[in-house]
Amino acid sequence: MYSEKVMAHFRNPQNVGEIPDASGVGEVGNVICGDILRVYIKVRDNVLEDVKFMTFGCAAAVASGSMTTVLAKGRTIEEALQITKKTVAEALGGLPPHKRHCSNLAADALRKAIEDWKHKEARTVS
Amino acid sequence: MRSVYLDHAATTPLHPEVSSLMGEFMREIFGNPSSLHSFGREARKWMEEARQKVANLIGASAEEIVFTSGGTEADNLAILGVALSRSEKGRHIITSSIEHHAVLDTCKFLAKKGFEVTFLPVDRYGIIDPDDVRKAIRKDTILITIMHANNEIGTIEPIEEIGKIARDHGIIFHTDAVQTAGKIPVDVNTLNVDLLSLSAHKIYGPKGVGALYVRKGVRLEPILHGGGQERKYRSGTENTIGIVGFGKAAEIAARDLDQEFSRTKRLRDKLIRGIFEKIPDVRLNGHLKQRLPHNANFSFFGVEGESLILSLDLQGIAASSGSACSSRSLQPSHVLAALGLPYEWIHGSVRMTLGRTNTESDIDYVLEVLPDIVARLRSFSPLARKLQA
Repeated sequence: MYSEKVMAHFRNPQNVGEIPDASGVGEVGNVICGDILRVYIKVRDNVLEDVKFMTFGCAAAVASGSMTTVLAKGRTIEEALQITKKTVAEALGGLPPHKRHCSNLAADALRKAIEDWKHKEARTVS
Repeated sequence: MRSVYLDHAATTPLHPEVSSLMGEFMREIFGNPSSLHSFGREARKWMEEARQKVANLIGASAEEIVFTSGGTEADNLAILGVALSRSEKGRHIITSSIEHHAVLDTCKFLAKKGFEVTFLPVDRYGIIDPDDVRKAIRKDTILITIMHANNEIGTIEPIEEIGKIARDHGIIFHTDAVQTAGKIPVDVNTLNVDLLSLSAHKIYGPKGVGALYVRKGVRLEPILHGGGQERKYRSGTENTIGIVGFGKAAEIAARDLDQEFSRTKRLRDKLIRGIFEKIPDVRLNGHLKQRLPHNANFSFFGVEGESLILSLDLQGIAASSGSACSSRSLQPSHVLAALGLPYEWIHGSVRMTLGRTNTESDIDYVLEVLPDIVARLRSFSPLARKLQA
């Protein structure tokens, strides 16, 4: 059912965990549908110096979290904002049709984390 | 790699005696049991022997067994058959909220076609209160259909008592015994049932064959029309190869019932004890005692079921889950929801069902591998962190 890349990331997910002094945190999903994914970012000089994720979810959720952090780490904020569900799914060699929306949450969580960071930045400046 | 099959409630492998008999039959006997000539008579002889063996498994007479394509068709024939034959008398059906989809969705289909259906609740162990059945009965109730034991959590329902209530009110009573026949004693007279569904592949028989027990005197409209086979209840040339296999499987199940009951129960209890000893924040879903001997259903907090099933599969262990992600429909288990279980626990459910293939060392292996899998998945679960805090 899952591609080899999905299974590889599921077996050995990259960048799992929390960032205690994160610049921004984003969470998507809910417990009713059964997938929750949280992304932590550490921003320095407009670059995502570190990206980590935590998830309660299926193999597709774990793999999309892992792949998103791999794609985002070391990128500028502008570059990271270009990462979409589609980019993540393609990088994973595709996802089963019924998993394309509900479990592919990490790109949205990343965007939320960046927004969270932007809010905090705005407050610090003012 | 080691391979441990813990999904016997989904399906079972063919018993070697079943496959060898089916092999012999399919090589030598091909006649249509409806034919008058010797080829047909020979096939019929085999089929009628099988019918007797299936009847023996549930304390019925051979002429009360109608062969079908499986448990789903048996459930459909029972429910639609009663609804169609009794719709003049009434249009009310009583069932439970934890039935197999073959019953649940057939009842929902009838509800869309002008019938009224009462879906009874269950308590937190999955037990249906016979008093609730009594209270739900109306003047126009034509059918009560309640499963003998639940396929997910293994809870055994008070069928005998519900059957008595149905009989006192002159209402036809159907039970889906797909999960119980051959696993625990099933006797149609003790259970007070009029209709009872069976499936071969749950008892080490072939897929694609099952049966409906129809008590003498109970009238049913067929749902398949044609050549009038199976006493007009089920047209279509019989699946003779499957039926012969089913008969053999039923005979073996009856013969070995006591032994397999104790053996699987002992292994299952060891599994439950071991998991509770080794893994924190776990619960056993279903009833502790009123339960099928081979069924265990756990919920691991903070862990998602599909991830758990796939992780077990990577270690060669086959189990199943009631989580939304593990189902094609993306719906969480209606059974676990009916128990009032919060979603966090439903999504973390894992069903392990034991059977003939399992040995003591299988259970040791699961107990060795599972704690690490749960710990790994919890290590990056935001929910598990919440519980620790």
